[in-house]
Amino acid sequence: MSREIRFTVPLVVTALISLLTVADAAKRPSARWASYDLPQVATINGRMIDSWKEWEIKPSQDATEGEWCRRVYLDVIGRIPTVPELYAFTKSKDKSKKRTLVNRLLYDERYTEEYARNWTTVWTNVLIGRSGGTERNSLTSREGMQKYLRDCFARNKPYDRMVRDLVTAVGSSKPGAENFNGATNFLAMKVNEEKGTLATAATARIFLGLQVQCTQCHNHPFNEWKQQKFWEFNAFFRQTRALRRFRPGTRDVNSAELVDEDFGGEGTPQTPSEAEIYYEQRNAVMLAAYPVFVDGRAIARSGFVEDANRRSLLADLMTSTNRTVDTKTATYLELAAVNRLWGHFLGYGFTTPIDDMGPHNSPTHPELLNHLGLQFREASYDLKQLAEWITLSAPYGLSSQSNSTNATLDDPLLGEDPKFSRFYLRQMRAEELYESLVAATQADKNAASYEEQEKEKNKWLQQFTVAFGNDEGEEATIFNGTIPQALMMFNGDLIKKATSADKGGFLSNLANNRRIPNSRKIDFLFQAGLGRTPTDQEIERANRLLMLRVQDEKGDINKGTIAAMQDVWWAILNSNEFIINH
Amino acid sequence: MKTRLSNGMTRRHFMEHVAGSCALTVPALSLGQSIRAHADELRGNHKAAILLWMGGGPSTMDIWDLKPGAATGGPFQAISTSGNEQISEHMPMMAKQMHHMSIVRSMNTREADHQRGRYYMHTGYVPERRVEHPSYGSVISRVLMEDEARSEGLQIPPFITVGGGSVGPGFLGMAWAPFSVNSNGTVRNLKMSLDDRRLVQRMETLDLIEKGFVSQRRGTASEEHRKILRKTWNLLSSDQMEAMKVAQEPETVRERYGNTNFGRGCLMARRLVEAGVPCVEVGLGGWDNHSNIFATLENNKLPELDRGMSALVEDLEQRGLLEDTAIIWMGEFSRTPRINGNTGRDHFARAWSVVVGGAGIQGGTAVGATSDDGTEVVTDPYTSQDVMASVVKALGIPLETTFTTPTGRPMKIANGGKVIEELFA
Repeated sequence: MSREIRFTVPLVVTALISLLTVADAAKRPSARWASYDLPQVATINGRMIDSWKEWEIKPSQDATEGEWCRRVYLDVIGRIPTVPELYAFTKSKDKSKKRTLVNRLLYDERYTEEYARNWTTVWTNVLIGRSGGTERNSLTSREGMQKYLRDCFARNKPYDRMVRDLVTAVGSSKPGAENFNGATNFLAMKVNEEKGTLATAATARIFLGLQVQCTQCHNHPFNEWKQQKFWEFNAFFRQTRALRRFRPGTRDVNSAELVDEDFGGEGTPQTPSEAEIYYEQRNAVMLAAYPVFVDGRAIARSGFVEDANRRSLLADLMTSTNRTVDTKTATYLELAAVNRLWGHFLGYGFTTPIDDMGPHNSPTHPELLNHLGLQFREASYDLKQLAEWITLSAPYGLSSQSNSTNATLDDPLLGEDPKFSRFYLRQMRAEELYESLVAATQADKNAASYEEQEKEKNKWLQQFTVAFGNDEGEEATIFNGTIPQALMMFNGDLIKKATSADKGGFLSNLANNRRIPNSRKIDFLFQAGLGRTPTDQEIERANRLLMLRVQDEKGDINKGTIAAMQDVWWAILNSNEFIINH
Repeated sequence: MKTRLSNGMTRRHFMEHVAGSCALTVPALSLGQSIRAHADELRGNHKAAILLWMGGGPSTMDIWDLKPGAATGGPFQAISTSGNEQISEHMPMMAKQMHHMSIVRSMNTREADHQRGRYYMHTGYVPERRVEHPSYGSVISRVLMEDEARSEGLQIPPFITVGGGSVGPGFLGMAWAPFSVNSNGTVRNLKMSLDDRRLVQRMETLDLIEKGFVSQRRGTASEEHRKILRKTWNLLSSDQMEAMKVAQEPETVRERYGNTNFGRGCLMARRLVEAGVPCVEVGLGGWDNHSNIFATLENNKLPELDRGMSALVEDLEQRGLLEDTAIIWMGEFSRTPRINGNTGRDHFARAWSVVVGGAGIQGGTAVGATSDDGTEVVTDPYTSQDVMASVVKALGIPLETTFTTPTGRPMKIANGGKVIEELFA
């Protein structure tokens, strides 16, 4: 084999970068981490440093620039960076390049579509689940939900307004229908059955971080929520109905129309001016309930929409617009939002699970959580600012490699509370894998419209969802690191396409790219998949494959090169290092 | 997949032959340290368990513990069976098999929420914040795989769920996760389009990257991934996957089980047990009958259940497998005796039934009883742990078997439940 086609180790000079870090640390000896002139970042760092001291643990070293870059692309826009994007970051000498990158991903309009797509995916799964809208005759339009959310995130709608939209939405669920309002899809399947208990539980859990579904039937031993509170919260949803709209001449549901109607109450005779509901205690005693918010604030008892639009009043109470705001204590809504975002970026929230924040489950860093909640309010519920504070903070920048002080003390998988002294490994979501492969291999990008691309992706995603078969629409994903996922990565069409040697495909373009010397091509693959250069051993292995494939191709170096690249790329994509956000 | 290669070797043999030094392609020998079982006692244990999981919470007083005439009783009548228990008139085929099965009518549990109930009935523990408990399927397969001969002979996953979601492996790790297939036995992405030699070379390269990442002390997720790769490799190179092909059965057999997802699932369970799989879960959902319960049960759920379950019991018995195979029928809870305004029944965990049999469990009896209106247990109450302790005993697994959680807490198998003695009279 000739020497020219060997894949060799590129030299990387990191000295300059480490000098900068040292100089920075020398100025402020206690500050290993920059705060980028953001007081919120300084606060997160300060609180974390204090808590690490208390625990007597040393935080892990900082993640490499490649790791950090890969991480922030995945978490902000839902895919790994391309090689040019990665190089643009790692080779930049800008001192505050982390902030520059975060801002680019959040605010540069070249990334708006991907930013919106990513957060639409995240929130669609939160609001209607992975299978919401995919069942036959469903009242939910997944497309409608996504259309609404995409618009929110593309325009960076303030979070409190988004919540208000979702909680109070009226109109038609399906795009194209008269008075379409995609926000209706959150509640479309949750208000008709079982007296709106699904709407009650989902609204409390998702937006207020309160798990109340168990208290529907009885006072719960592990939860300070009482049954009375559940039904008082439930009373807010009782004016609301989802009307079925059929396809003309059929009994096939075309869409739903969410409406608020006067509610007469459950008494006999009905008393709409005092529209009460009843619930049954375990001892079979029936009690009445009227709309009262979780903090005890009540609204008018009238069931007439004109007197008291209950969902609209609920939104007021949730988003605090109608009261003198407590400047010291963050609201349920604020805490739940911060906790969700923190969990998104750090892998664990301040509580586990993130949407169960009652007093029985106290947060790991209550003061910081409260502080961030108040800052979020100050920032007018701007999700992008919240994302910026978290991604630029010290804990987000740490390596996932543990040290001797935090290996067991800070491993939530071992039952420890997260202390955020290391980055917790987590597997990419199925959607992230899909978008990452599309970005890395430039597959499918120009071929289809946005809608068609989404359709294609959704079809692919369905293979990973399993339903549990109860009326609450519970489900699980089997894209969870088990055998079906491994099989898909070994043999699935998506991987076949990504590793194909076809003309015009990713590998063939790379092989024929004269601007990238042969010696750098394997390096390119490792950068594209893993955000790092290959080790000597990996280069050696790649060279052996090259030799074998050239032999297979009877000495045809071009064909052999592509074939060897296929093997290496397949191995990279199947590795733990690729699929795990680290 | 018994692809014969030119030199007459089976595919698996060839893969092993060619694999050489690649760690990923060699079967795992070490089984970890998280278990203290009695390996000697498990040697030669060929037992298995089939869990028929009724997602949604079936109304057991309309199926196994009828109260005809009571205000809460509903319209169904009780019929006599081949055992000493009476069951619903809409379970006529099961009625002929009840001498093999016993009903525990005095179940008394506390979890009436789907998620919590599913977790509790699958693990014997209520959800806790700090530890994720393994489901019984993971536990049983983990213990029975202690027998090295059995473990080496089995190339497909030891815990398979058909047509439904189970509960995960918890702290036992993803390597003991249930492998889900649909009732047609189609496993996606099983077909390899690459020649074996090249695939093995790819695996070697992959292993190199994997090992590098694992060695960097990043936590268990990276190691778990490696274990899964090895299991996937075993599965790819195994002809035992044939066991999932229910369509290979004669038509009369398929008809006997019923042309339904549940029927096919039961049939697959039998084939998997025959192939040596120690734990299979077959899911049948749709029991969350808050409204219109009686028509749904009579016309839809019970005929499907009756046909599939009775066929499974009969078939296992005829093949001599029933004496080594425990069958457990249960859901996350049951439904209120009170019939609500929508002719439905709501969630209820205070007094209900599960059904067990096989593997030496006494058949034909009803253990315990509920009050005349079905609202209370009037005999000694039993729990998820007790049912599982009984199954564990039937499977020949010592009840002292203990697992150690990642935090070092010892956990007894079946959470220290008590064996229900009437099942072994």
